[in-house]
Amino acid sequence: MSTETENATTDDEIDFREADDHVDHWTDLQFVYLAIGLAIVTAIEVALSYMVDDLGALFLPLLLILMLIKFFSVVFYFMHLKFDNRWFSILFYMGLVLAVGVYIAALLTFQFFSA
Amino acid sequence: MALIERPRTGDLTPAVATPEATYGAFRRPVESTGWKSWLFTIDHKKIGIMYGVTAMFFFLVGGLEALLIRAQLAGPNGTILSADKYNQMFTMHATTMVFLFVMPMAAAFGNYFVPLQIGARDVAFPRINAFSFWCFLAGAIFINTSWLLGGAADGGWFMYAPNSSVPFSPTNGIDFWGLGLQITGIASLTGAINLIVTVINMRAPGMTFMKMPIFTWMIFVVQFLLVFAIPVITVALFLLMFQRSFDATFFSVEAGADPLLWQHLFWIFGHPEVYILVLPSFGIVSEVLPVFSKKPLFGYPLVVFSGAAIGFVGWGVWAHHMFASGLGPISVAVFSVATMAIAIPTGVKIVNWVMTMWGGKLRYTVAMLFAIGLIVQFTIGGLSGVTHAVAPSDTQQTDTYYIVAHFHYVLFGGAILGIFAGLYYWWPKMFGRMLSEKIGMWNFWLMIIGLNMAFGPMHIIGLQGQPRRMYVWTEARAGEGFFNLGFWNLISSIGAFVLGFGVLLFFYNAWRTHFGKHKAPPAPLDPWDARSLEWLTTSPPKEVNFDRTPVVSHLDEFFHRKYEDRGEGDRHDFVQVATAEELLAIEEANADADIHLPSPSFWPILLAFSLPIMAYGVIYNIIMIAVGAGIALLAMYGWALEPATAPASDYDPPEDGGTDLELATNG
Amino acid sequence: MADTAVHTAAGHDDHHDDHHGGHYTSTGLSNNKLAMWLFLGSECLLFGGLISTYMLYRGRHTSNLGPDQVWDIPFTSASSFVLLMSSLTMVLAVTAAKRHDDRTTNVWLSITAILGSLFVAGQVYEFTTFYREGLGFTTSLFSSSFYTLTGFHGVHVTVGVILLLSVVGMIIRNRIPGDKAEVVELVGLYWHFVDIVWILIFTLVYLIPA
Repeated sequence: MSTETENATTDDEIDFREADDHVDHWTDLQFVYLAIGLAIVTAIEVALSYMVDDLGALFLPLLLILMLIKFFSVVFYFMHLKFDNRWFSILFYMGLVLAVGVYIAALLTFQFFSA
Repeated sequence: MALIERPRTGDLTPAVATPEATYGAFRRPVESTGWKSWLFTIDHKKIGIMYGVTAMFFFLVGGLEALLIRAQLAGPNGTILSADKYNQMFTMHATTMVFLFVMPMAAAFGNYFVPLQIGARDVAFPRINAFSFWCFLAGAIFINTSWLLGGAADGGWFMYAPNSSVPFSPTNGIDFWGLGLQITGIASLTGAINLIVTVINMRAPGMTFMKMPIFTWMIFVVQFLLVFAIPVITVALFLLMFQRSFDATFFSVEAGADPLLWQHLFWIFGHPEVYILVLPSFGIVSEVLPVFSKKPLFGYPLVVFSGAAIGFVGWGVWAHHMFASGLGPISVAVFSVATMAIAIPTGVKIVNWVMTMWGGKLRYTVAMLFAIGLIVQFTIGGLSGVTHAVAPSDTQQTDTYYIVAHFHYVLFGGAILGIFAGLYYWWPKMFGRMLSEKIGMWNFWLMIIGLNMAFGPMHIIGLQGQPRRMYVWTEARAGEGFFNLGFWNLISSIGAFVLGFGVLLFFYNAWRTHFGKHKAPPAPLDPWDARSLEWLTTSPPKEVNFDRTPVVSHLDEFFHRKYEDRGEGDRHDFVQVATAEELLAIEEANADADIHLPSPSFWPILLAFSLPIMAYGVIYNIIMIAVGAGIALLAMYGWALEPATAPASDYDPPEDGGTDLELATNG
Repeated sequence: MADTAVHTAAGHDDHHDDHHGGHYTSTGLSNNKLAMWLFLGSECLLFGGLISTYMLYRGRHTSNLGPDQVWDIPFTSASSFVLLMSSLTMVLAVTAAKRHDDRTTNVWLSITAILGSLFVAGQVYEFTTFYREGLGFTTSLFSSSFYTLTGFHGVHVTVGVILLLSVVGMIIRNRIPGDKAEVVELVGLYWHFVDIVWILIFTLVYLIPA
């Protein structure tokens, strides 16, 4: 097999793909900004973890919200799911929703059991 | 290979293939005949047949195990099996039937018919497809080698903790069981991803989701259940492995653990698994009933949506297997209601099947009889199922033979009768000859009588309080009169042997159809006056499946090509305008010139068989893990570097520059 | 050499056929990408099970070796940051691959692999420290479930690093059958998934006190 041939054709394909690509395309700079944002959120999370006693009941929801912000930022933008075809979302969220639902339900039964 | 890849009408002599070295020392196994054509094949039809043959073999193995159990229980104080062997027998009977027969049998039909029904030439990832099969076979062999290596698993197929821990089961049986199921789990997971992508992406032009044959729909739903259920059992099996092989205490009560964790993980997998077993058969009878009623499936969208609903609700009912475990009243109430709710979509399906037959021109072929048998027997099992959904009643029935009666009615009466309907219905399509209807009748009736004789009395035995998994019963506790356990145990055992004989008749029928002096003549192209796309090709189908990619405009496309609606307004009057032979002639006349199928590969089988090596390593010797991992790594790199289609020099006659029509396959 | 002819004949690049309109998928989407997302959906249930096991057992430990005693939050925060940044470099590799800029792609892929290895090294260091403090795999239910969960994640990162390095090697030697940009994108999806799992683990396991 000749490696050059493969190379040439691969380039062809990419040209074709690019014409087909989505309009909602982020520039590298935007990705960098998002990453900085995520780093800041992580820093806030860590800072909050040292203030458990001050925050009281607010602590858990606050930390979970920050976690979800990070989670979905990566899914939406880094993984490009927000702009991609609906099928990818369906397949992924089906698993995610089932996992969250089933496991939370299972953990809840343990709570009832011990009560 | 070349001949098959470039179908040219009339030319039936195998052309010479010239396998070219692909990478390094290896050459591509492009043989189209002989054992290599099976070992390295990536053709979904050959893989489907291999799945089927392997599954039927394990059906016999599981059946033998069942007969030993029933022989042991036929009379009081049975001596055929020791307590220990008896435990191994019922564990392996269930494991074999569930994981090594019904699941792969659904994979067999799914593999063979989903691409045909959606008008595709193969699945989306043919090499992964081959890998799935070999992986299943490797896992199946691995589990069963435990018989020779110190005894098989003995904890029941649900392998409840902490009973599955080393102190209670010191042999390696459960290790074999756990690791083997991990391997077959990989097979199911990769197979499921493959079929889902196939259905999403490889449908013929015009075949929207609501024009898809119902069997394909049900397989589609089942694959989603598999994709999301397998990882749950994977977690459970890993925890079990760490517990048994590396001294973790995930399920040890004395270490403060909650053994219910195992039950939750197992049944979060296990309940969807029940639908994984039965939905493919629902799909099969939904194909068979319309054909032999000469009517379209009644309420097709409802059947589709109720199938999907069963799949979805099936995720929210797992704890009904645990009512007796002390879940707490709130959990029990919630899961009890959810369980009753699942009877609704199931009922919808049964009503739709009955309405399909209502007013139809019924033809009682063997396939049709098996389909009707499913409706009747499954409904009985479904009704006893509702009695378990009621938690107080379930607490009485838990761990008695009543439960055994219930799940044999839904699994044998549901899943397995459906599989037999499929075998009789699709046999001429797969092998080009028809199974004998006469022997088939005996086959059917013996199975039905045996089924009811074997499993019917179990209701009585169970309500009388005989526990499942007890290796003997004694005369002293058998009770008196009509409810005497001894009598019903004997009837049940006789029934089991009748059932076994009925099943053997199928194998005789299959042998007789193809060999011996009563060999059946080639089957007509469309023996049943069928409705779906798989009949729009030769029997057995060509390697490329269809001469040209079909363009679909109707649900039941094949029927609508044969029949024209001459009725006016709401009145339908279907008149036959073409025969299957005429339709096939049109297809052949307009055949696509050059079709490239992906080429065979030996990486899938190599990768698959590296897994049991690693698994033996976990049990015996850590060095074997490294050896297995090395082979796996080699196979994966070989696979990744290998193009999906062999280079052109493998083809003969050489490329003549015709239109280059290729499959969207690259797995 | 008849390479071009060979290629057309073998036609092992799906997208090549797009030019002729011969290639057909019902949704117009790539099989590989659909499979990858489905696999990731399936992985959600794997990690869900492991996280649940940990949540159930995190409080069951010997008195002086519980989560709140052994965690070194600054250290774990640093390694979380490393993994988070590797997602950025992965994205940059994907955009470079879409521009079919092989050199830049390889640079970012390599940096991603280095960051990933750094994370794994951090985990090895963390495990060793815990072990020295007396927290073995079988010490308590907490330790078993913790090591199982983070161990599984670590294996996923390691597999990701191997994938990244393999892709770099294959790009350099032009050995990728099919669409190069898509291969990079698929590895990227896997990599980001490993990252989001760590986002969950970092908050649920480390930051929320038991």
